[in-house]
Amino acid sequence: MDSKKIEILRLIEEQARISIEALAKMVDLSAEETSNIIKELEDQKVILGYSSVIDWSKVTDTETVTAMIDVKVTPKRGVGFDDVAQRIYRFPEVRALYLMSGAYDLSVVIEGKTMNEVARFVSQKLSTLDSVLSTTTHFQLKKYKHDGVVFSDGEEDQRIVITP
Amino acid sequence: MISKTKGTRIAKIANEIPPSGIRKFFDLASTMDNIISLGVGEPDFVTPWSVREACISSLERGYTAYTANAGLLELRVEIAKYMKKQFELEYDPKNEIIVTVGASEALDIALRAIVNPGDEVIVVEPTFVSYAPLVSLAGGKPVSVGTTVDTNFRLMPEQLQKAITSKTKAIMLSFPNNPTGSTMTEAELKAIAKIVEEHDLLVLSDEIYAEMTYDHKHASIAKIEGMKDRTIVISGFSKAFAMTGWRLGFVTAPSDITNAMLKIHQYTMMCASTMAQHAAIEALQNGMEDVRKMIQSYKQRRNYFVKSFEEIGLSCHVPGGAFYAFPSIKNTGLTSQQFAEQLLLTERVAVVPGDVFGSGGEGHIRCSYATSIDNLKEAVVRIDRFIKKL
Repeated sequence: MDSKKIEILRLIEEQARISIEALAKMVDLSAEETSNIIKELEDQKVILGYSSVIDWSKVTDTETVTAMIDVKVTPKRGVGFDDVAQRIYRFPEVRALYLMSGAYDLSVVIEGKTMNEVARFVSQKLSTLDSVLSTTTHFQLKKYKHDGVVFSDGEEDQRIVITP
Repeated sequence: MISKTKGTRIAKIANEIPPSGIRKFFDLASTMDNIISLGVGEPDFVTPWSVREACISSLERGYTAYTANAGLLELRVEIAKYMKKQFELEYDPKNEIIVTVGASEALDIALRAIVNPGDEVIVVEPTFVSYAPLVSLAGGKPVSVGTTVDTNFRLMPEQLQKAITSKTKAIMLSFPNNPTGSTMTEAELKAIAKIVEEHDLLVLSDEIYAEMTYDHKHASIAKIEGMKDRTIVISGFSKAFAMTGWRLGFVTAPSDITNAMLKIHQYTMMCASTMAQHAAIEALQNGMEDVRKMIQSYKQRRNYFVKSFEEIGLSCHVPGGAFYAFPSIKNTGLTSQQFAEQLLLTERVAVVPGDVFGSGGEGHIRCSYATSIDNLKEAVVRIDRFIKKL
């Protein structure tokens, strides 16, 4: 892919809400060229969506629990892990799903309102799938950094106002 | 009897050198709240974590003693590798490299190592505020050569030729340049090098912004044939690695010059900070990816800023390096001091008036784009409003 496209992708990955005008100036293209590139990347499903990083712990009455579940499965002939992966990611509770190297096969990230809700999902929906051999559930206790964003207040600009 | 402590107790030279023109402006700006500062001459990045971590770790291991005067050999070896890889310059870490307390110290001891009383040193301006005073402090006479916007603030061979006299000892160059952001290509430097050789001069080349070029790769004048033996290259970690507060620079030069510099360095500084030197080793070994990302970000902001100036009709040459734009404010009818002061008071945007950087700077303002896009955006809106009200 050409370097301008990559540059645009990196910038909007960092800051999805940046304006087309600012983006165009930064990558030295016209606004029209820039929006065409973004449209093209959206059509090609290179850009799949735009999301924000929210610290829900600061919002009252919206508490959720997040668990990361290590899942061992038996791959199926012909479709490997893809078939079972699809069966898992279709549950709306599943926020993320990755095929892993190492001690287990799939890493499932689940978000629920309560610990019970997550537990129910694991025992009733996940473990009961045919291919699933075992699950190990880890609950997240605190979010320090997510998608490259640090959740505490950032380092302030320490520079003095004018320096030579 | 003449008192040695009253009235005349300050040395003549210290009385004579002017205070930095930035100081006055800083005093005014620092009393105000909510200003957007385009006046900062340093990166807006914090030093990469791996570098900070290396410093912490060096403290934990108890590396708190002096190092060799010239700096840790391991660091000098890394500097030699870096200079070769980035700029195709070969220096012997044992006797052609000194680690200094910032590039500022390197400038000072370089001048003191080569200037005899009365020697003239050509200072290519606009430039960093310390050059001319440092020449004076070394007993020399600074001779200013002002570049102009017509040549994108590059030094023209005929300008240099005109300024040379029988007393000229050296010239001080700084490209990429603070405050103009100008760069010079190898071909352009060749024309300068020819004159330097003809007149048997030395070159002090401050290349602290060498990593920050956006349109062509940095060319060091020392790389041009015949020039390495008469060039002192000064650089450091402040800008490229976002390490301004660490005060760590270095100088590479022929060994007779570094030997002379080292004598002055050992009597005045002894050595640069040990923990900063350990951090710098990490910076050179593993920090180049961080540097690359920061440079990319400066380039994007440069593009954004220069285009935004175009849109509001502020004339600005495209700065090829560093992180400064140096737009012309001549058609406002104000001096750069008046412009900067009124802009600060009415719109709370801090810029640095161009005249403080010497000849050729009047009629321009230095705007650092080492700040967020949001800040740049708001600053441009305010500058636009300010100019329209004039």
